[in-house]
Amino acid sequence: MTSLAARFGFRRASTAVDQAGWGRTVFAGIICFIYFFPVLVIIVTAFKEHTDALAVPAKLFPTTFFGLIPERLTFDPTLDNFVNVFSRSYSAGAEAQGTGFARFFFNSIFIAGASVLLALVIGTLAAFGFSRHPLKGNDTYLFIILTTRMLPAIVVIIPVMLLFRVTGLSGTYTGIILLYTAFNLPFTIWMMKSFFDELSPDVEDAARLDGSTDRRVFFKICLPQVVAGLAATAVFGLILTWNEFLFALLLTGVETRTVPVAMSQTIGGDIGVRWGLLAAIETLFLIPVMLVTFFLQNHLLRGVTFGTVKR
Amino acid sequence: MSSTTFSASERPGLLSPHWGNWRLACLLAIVVIPLAIMVLPSVPAFWVGFAAAGLVAVTAVVNAWGRHTGGLLVAPAVAVLVMMNIFPLLWSLGLSFFAYRADRQTMNFLGLRNYVRALNDPVVWDRLTTTALFVVLTVTAQMIVGFLLALLFSKQFPLRRYLLILVLTPMMLSFVAVGAFFRYYYDPTFGLVSQVAKWFTDDNFVLVSSTAGAVTAIVIADAWMWSPFVMLLVLAGLVSVPKHLYEAAAIDRVPQWRRFWFITFPYVKGLLMLALLFRTIEAFKLFDVVFILTDGGQRTETIALYVYRQAIQFNKTSESAALSYILLFTVIVLTNLYLYLANRRSAGDAA
Repeated sequence: MTSLAARFGFRRASTAVDQAGWGRTVFAGIICFIYFFPVLVIIVTAFKEHTDALAVPAKLFPTTFFGLIPERLTFDPTLDNFVNVFSRSYSAGAEAQGTGFARFFFNSIFIAGASVLLALVIGTLAAFGFSRHPLKGNDTYLFIILTTRMLPAIVVIIPVMLLFRVTGLSGTYTGIILLYTAFNLPFTIWMMKSFFDELSPDVEDAARLDGSTDRRVFFKICLPQVVAGLAATAVFGLILTWNEFLFALLLTGVETRTVPVAMSQTIGGDIGVRWGLLAAIETLFLIPVMLVTFFLQNHLLRGVTFGTVKR
Repeated sequence: MSSTTFSASERPGLLSPHWGNWRLACLLAIVVIPLAIMVLPSVPAFWVGFAAAGLVAVTAVVNAWGRHTGGLLVAPAVAVLVMMNIFPLLWSLGLSFFAYRADRQTMNFLGLRNYVRALNDPVVWDRLTTTALFVVLTVTAQMIVGFLLALLFSKQFPLRRYLLILVLTPMMLSFVAVGAFFRYYYDPTFGLVSQVAKWFTDDNFVLVSSTAGAVTAIVIADAWMWSPFVMLLVLAGLVSVPKHLYEAAAIDRVPQWRRFWFITFPYVKGLLMLALLFRTIEAFKLFDVVFILTDGGQRTETIALYVYRQAIQFNKTSESAALSYILLFTVIVLTNLYLYLANRRSAGDAA
């Protein structure tokens, strides 16, 4: 590894976590299953007909596993709900029409992705500034940034709506992306600052002494060490904006509507909740976030080098 | 001209044209923009104004480059935050001093009367107490469960990656779905919780019919959703402890609990505190789960829910704004206290 870091004698500590065996897997498996169970029920419900969803006793199993499960606890799985997500008939006997859900999914992905990316870039730079070039009154600025999160959404909504209407941002992508970026910034800044604070300045000083520019120091030395922080921030930011409802309800137009808003509309109009349909929407909606988290978790859990370089 | 630093003798005057002279740019903008508005039609005037503002920004950046690096790095973030967060905050703070109602569009200056009225209202204090109760319960539950889960995942074992995703999923669900489905679970007739309880008690089990039950229901739903957050942060800390410290401790035969307290905990403490801070702030704003599960019934109405009702159902915009700022003030005081204690402890540790 001939990165700048390696050249300066800066090595990653052996951060491989301890190995534990299959016993732990079993134990963890049981606990995780219990924890995951409510979600599992949602996923299973997505495959049920409407009457099955309301059945007592709960029909949890799609098949009798060779007669192990009594017949009355099983149901016939169906994919109707998933089809209904994208096109369904809105009244009895009517033609099935497209619901535009594909667009809503795209909107959610685009808006969440853009705002998280933007918050990461701007926030990490700002965190680096707060950490390495502290200004007078640094703590005050950081605290004010934190206070932006403390107000209940309802209070901020009215001025924001007015602001959007005046500037013409209402219902546009730019507006909602900027707003979500502002939501993600406080957490990003605080998190990344705490990671940057932990880094030892010795390696950076050594690099600078050898003539490295500030930019190289940032990108080649500081940034690789805080990858865990970046991953964690990205995951949280993504989850937050992905599921955000209140602001999306009020500030997105027909073109830019996100899935949570659309979901609430499917609950509202129908007589009694169509649990199967709701479950299907939620299951589909869950997949992108799970994928991103799955791929990021390596970076999340990779050990960082706190403590390798003696302070 | 690459450098913008000058020695004292050759420092440029106000009028010398170079790219770092932000004062000159501001002067130009102040002169040019009103002229443009008066003389030119609106579209060119807008572009002239835009260009002038751009010039000010560019000169400020050039001036700051290399000298005020901190300010430069921080500026974009501050700009976005001010525009989207601080400005609305100040606006609604201003509103809270008037008697503004969204449906009547009247504006009478009231000074602090909204605040006084809110603080004297027993209903408000009841809601605050409920909210405080929720905060303590959910945050404690999340911290404990999150920490235990992180301990579980702190070692590498087969299938760890997949099991981790399972535990992280509750956090990824949307509130609408969680609320709806937990109502489904808690439903007396076909909910799963009731069906399990029926095994034991042979009767319809209505969890949300009593205050304690409703509070428990909400706490369980909320803690279930957010414990993974704490878990992730603690895990990032646990994983970063260098192994050689544990090896040294094993050689010295240090007992387990000492190992935990002196080796593990310092690395975890920072992130644990961060998790505590953010979850507490969020818990004070608890709204979604309560709204969907109980809609404030059974004395579970939190302050955020109350503010929402005042603002939306009764259109008491100013009063709800005043109430929110009381809440904000409380949270600020608590956070300050927390930060002060946290800093004092770490200063003491470093000594």
